[in-house]
Amino acid sequence: MTAAQRVARLPVAGVSILRRKPLVGLGLALIIVLALSGLVGRYPAPYFLSPPVLWQDEMAQKLVLSLRLPRILTACLLGMTLAACGTVLQMIFRNPLVEPGLLGVSQGAAFGAALSIIVLGGSTLLMQGMATLFACLGLAASTLLAHRVRYGGWILRLILAGIAVSALFSAGVGLLKYLADPLTELPELVFWMLGGLWGVTWADFFYLVLPVSLGLVVLLLMRWRLNLLSLDDDTGFSLGASPGRERALVLVAAVAATSAVVAVSGVVGWIGLLIPHVARRLTGADARRALPAAILLGGIFAVLCDDLARTLLAGEVPLGILASFFGAILFMAMMLSKNIRVQR
Amino acid sequence: MRTYGTRASGQPEAAILSASGLSFRYDGSGREVLRDLSLDVPAGAITAILGPNGSGKTTLLRLLLGVLRPQQGTIQVAGRLQQEYSRRELGQLVGLVPQDEHIPFDFSILEYVLLGRAPYLHPLATPGEADTAVALEAVRAAGLDGMHERLLPNLSGGERQLAVLARALAQQPRILLMDEPTAHLDLGNQGRLLDLVRDLATAGTTVVLTTHDANLASALADYVVLMLGGSVLEAGPAETMICGGKLSATFGVPIQVCAVDGRRVVLLPNGQANAAKGQAGVPHRG
Repeated sequence: MTAAQRVARLPVAGVSILRRKPLVGLGLALIIVLALSGLVGRYPAPYFLSPPVLWQDEMAQKLVLSLRLPRILTACLLGMTLAACGTVLQMIFRNPLVEPGLLGVSQGAAFGAALSIIVLGGSTLLMQGMATLFACLGLAASTLLAHRVRYGGWILRLILAGIAVSALFSAGVGLLKYLADPLTELPELVFWMLGGLWGVTWADFFYLVLPVSLGLVVLLLMRWRLNLLSLDDDTGFSLGASPGRERALVLVAAVAATSAVVAVSGVVGWIGLLIPHVARRLTGADARRALPAAILLGGIFAVLCDDLARTLLAGEVPLGILASFFGAILFMAMMLSKNIRVQR
Repeated sequence: MRTYGTRASGQPEAAILSASGLSFRYDGSGREVLRDLSLDVPAGAITAILGPNGSGKTTLLRLLLGVLRPQQGTIQVAGRLQQEYSRRELGQLVGLVPQDEHIPFDFSILEYVLLGRAPYLHPLATPGEADTAVALEAVRAAGLDGMHERLLPNLSGGERQLAVLARALAQQPRILLMDEPTAHLDLGNQGRLLDLVRDLATAGTTVVLTTHDANLASALADYVVLMLGGSVLEAGPAETMICGGKLSATFGVPIQVCAVDGRRVVLLPNGQANAAKGQAGVPHRG
């Protein structure tokens, strides 16, 4: 076999390992993507930094270690968290169209960030703290409201309450935008709302590591239980679960991790909706495999999008835009290839 | 445990599940769904809760399951008060086959049936090989042998109901509650399900099922509880409960019971029910 033939066979081998052992395949893919991403960027020349150059250029080494690496790892955590959270929310709300933007979490975080930029004069740490705080407030408000509603099942009530709370927070964000100084504060706010990881440092990464890994570990430990929580409440109850209490625990873990990453990245949509669908396609619906697959796939997708975000133009393309763009394209492709099963 | 007088039929005498003085209303609505209801379910037999639509059968079943709590009255399961059990203990004792289980994700039969092992596992644990063996055995017992990798959405309605039953079998409960188990099944699948339920009872599982189909109750049940308006009208062995007078009182229309080949068959007498319907001007269902 010639070298060219061998290279031509690589994608085929990749596809076949994805079919037979999806988790191993995705793990390998994530490692490769992470390693190659270190070489992608706009220094010293646009797009790609060849390893021999990196070996010689001290400046390039510094740049890779102190700028690219934290950003790549943060993108990875971001994608992993959003995808995990999406998978989990879809399962506990028993609805394949749910994503973390629901329940007032994203809009709450946006409002918190806007408030800190415009009213409190945002230092990064303050902004992240406020975003996390308001994300949790958004969730709390949605849940409290849902408890007060007197009709419909728990899930319907929670989703309706989430929509109402989100609307309230976006009105708040709108007001803050209107009040913002158009020269200084408004661009910062708009860029945050578009989502992105520019200027992410090791400090940001370390701020994320604890809440994200705690959240992900809890979710991964409960991965089989998630299947049970996706059944009817009566059935779950008959199988010895306490569906309400266990859903709440899972929800808190998912939202804590999500609000932490959203505070750093701004609003990045579509990963939480799309990646769980792709993961289930690869592994089947059982969350024992679908959840880890979604986590790996989310990491890959976010790192690739962020590579483009920082490389495509001399400036920065907001990650949220790219994630939405490629997410929507992929979603359309999936809808056309086989129908996505949505019942009820 | 309460005991009963010896029965000539040699049926088991002890009540494994008993309710006394149950009253229940859903919060927010003033209507009492169950009113001072008492009930004894004999162990190892099939008990049918028979009554018209809206008589509170499903609510009663959910109370017996424990997912609803009565405002008044108590429920005893295997000799202890229901609320004295932990969630997992109760899960090992009482299983449920709901009327129409909505499963939003495309699990395979095996993945779904494995969930029946949940009461035996720690919430953070995943099922092991022993659990898989039990689940495969349940799939086989439900008559779905060799189909365990099929996806639930690709099954027919009958196969799906059998998969739900297999999930309940994997749970190995002492008491199995079934809500309108044959509601969506054609005759062939009804037959298959009924045979399975009989086998279960023969093997010692107590089965409690709700139905509005008097023929089903007549064909399957050892004991029948007639329910109307949230109370028990009468309860006893099927032979004495399935008779024209009692069924007429329960359903509010004249009902005849005939013997065909030694079996009781429940009929609406020709024309009469239709005449009543015509007079009232209200369509009569079921």
